[in-house]
Amino acid sequence: MLHGYGTSLLEGAWITLCVALLSLLIAVLLGLVGAIAKLSRSRFLRTSAQVYTTAIRGVPDLVLMLLIFFGGQVAVNDIAERLGHTEYIDINPFVAGVLTIGFIFGAYLTETFRGAFLAVPPGQREAGIAFGMSPAQVLLRITWPQMMRHALPALFNNWLVLIKSTAIVSVIGLSDMMNRAGLAAGATREPFVFYGAVAVIYLAFTSVSEFLFNRAQQRLSIGVKASRL
Amino acid sequence: MNFAPIIEALPKYFTGAVTTVELLAISLAFGLLFAIPLAVLRTLHNPWLSKPVALFTYVFRGTPLLVQLFLIYYGLAQFELVRDSWLWPWLQSAWFCACLSFAINTCAYTVEIIAGAIRALPAGEIEAAKALGMSRSVMFRRIILPSALRRSLPAYGNEVIFMLHGTSLASVVTLLDLTSAARQTYSTHYLPFEAFIMAALMYFVMTSALVGLFHAAEARWLKPLLPR
Repeated sequence: MLHGYGTSLLEGAWITLCVALLSLLIAVLLGLVGAIAKLSRSRFLRTSAQVYTTAIRGVPDLVLMLLIFFGGQVAVNDIAERLGHTEYIDINPFVAGVLTIGFIFGAYLTETFRGAFLAVPPGQREAGIAFGMSPAQVLLRITWPQMMRHALPALFNNWLVLIKSTAIVSVIGLSDMMNRAGLAAGATREPFVFYGAVAVIYLAFTSVSEFLFNRAQQRLSIGVKASRL
Repeated sequence: MNFAPIIEALPKYFTGAVTTVELLAISLAFGLLFAIPLAVLRTLHNPWLSKPVALFTYVFRGTPLLVQLFLIYYGLAQFELVRDSWLWPWLQSAWFCACLSFAINTCAYTVEIIAGAIRALPAGEIEAAKALGMSRSVMFRRIILPSALRRSLPAYGNEVIFMLHGTSLASVVTLLDLTSAARQTYSTHYLPFEAFIMAALMYFVMTSALVGLFHAAEARWLKPLLPR
């Protein structure tokens, strides 16, 4: 049915998954940094984190991606030229895609993590300090596990949005699932079949995520008393 | 930074922004129109009515908007049945396909938002309606829907902004929206930063306007419902 394009599509699916997972990693790191900045005492850090989250959330991801991909191209070559480098440097769409999506979702996760940090009762942290733990130990052993419990549902929702927005990386020419489906559709004149297959694979990604999330949710909620009405 | 060519291209940006707003308004209007009855069906206990709606939202919330747009714009042309039908003149137009896929997409999300609000309605409101002897249709019309729609305002506001950003995909299927204006300006002048920052600014203004609008709507319709 796929005229031998099945493996190509699956390779594309693997690239899509890599983009999604790597950008999630960047987003989580940026989100943590952003949340810590938003909760810090320094006004400069708080303001810059606020500008970051407000600006990113007001602009479509496609526009940001085009800005970073095409703008980055010009900026990198400009800098290289000033350093005396004469060859033209191409920006890899994979790198641009991962950076853009990570950067965008970092803004959303900043809000998530900020709320989650605030949801951990301050007594927990104080108790850790009273036991003589270092700040790093308090973060790793006390705050982090409890905060993740609060952050997980929102983190999961953001992941679902993130994995779907990987489709737009094909617009800047990454040879992902969408791109390969487009090529196969052009060659076989059966676009519905190939875009349908892409839809099914995305649906599989989101469904498997949902299953894993429910498992993780159960695990992280161990020790939480469930109240029933 | 060289903004002079961008200022010159501003009329193009403004026509693009108008297209973006039109796309957004049409898809939101149709999406909401179909979402309300579907949300009611989704909350009914009859599985023959609620399950098909659940399947619809599962599929359209689980796949990217870009894939849905391509399936409708490029995909449907594969079938001769579609090409011979009376729908074909419509489905040939990128404008119609974009509106259709955006409307279906926002409809799926809105169904879940409204259905969630209906399920989370305070039991007392429904009991009071029943105690007054209202029939089911009267109860839905006078009590459940007005209350649920007000309570979905915050989530629906997010969905509207999500959709505004989603309309930028229209530029991928050749429509001349705001993103498209920026892409054209970029390729004419080779000024990526200036061209896309201009579009980003305009999207940002539109987003802020929508956020303000929904804040006002919440203050008007939602606040009075909440406990003080």
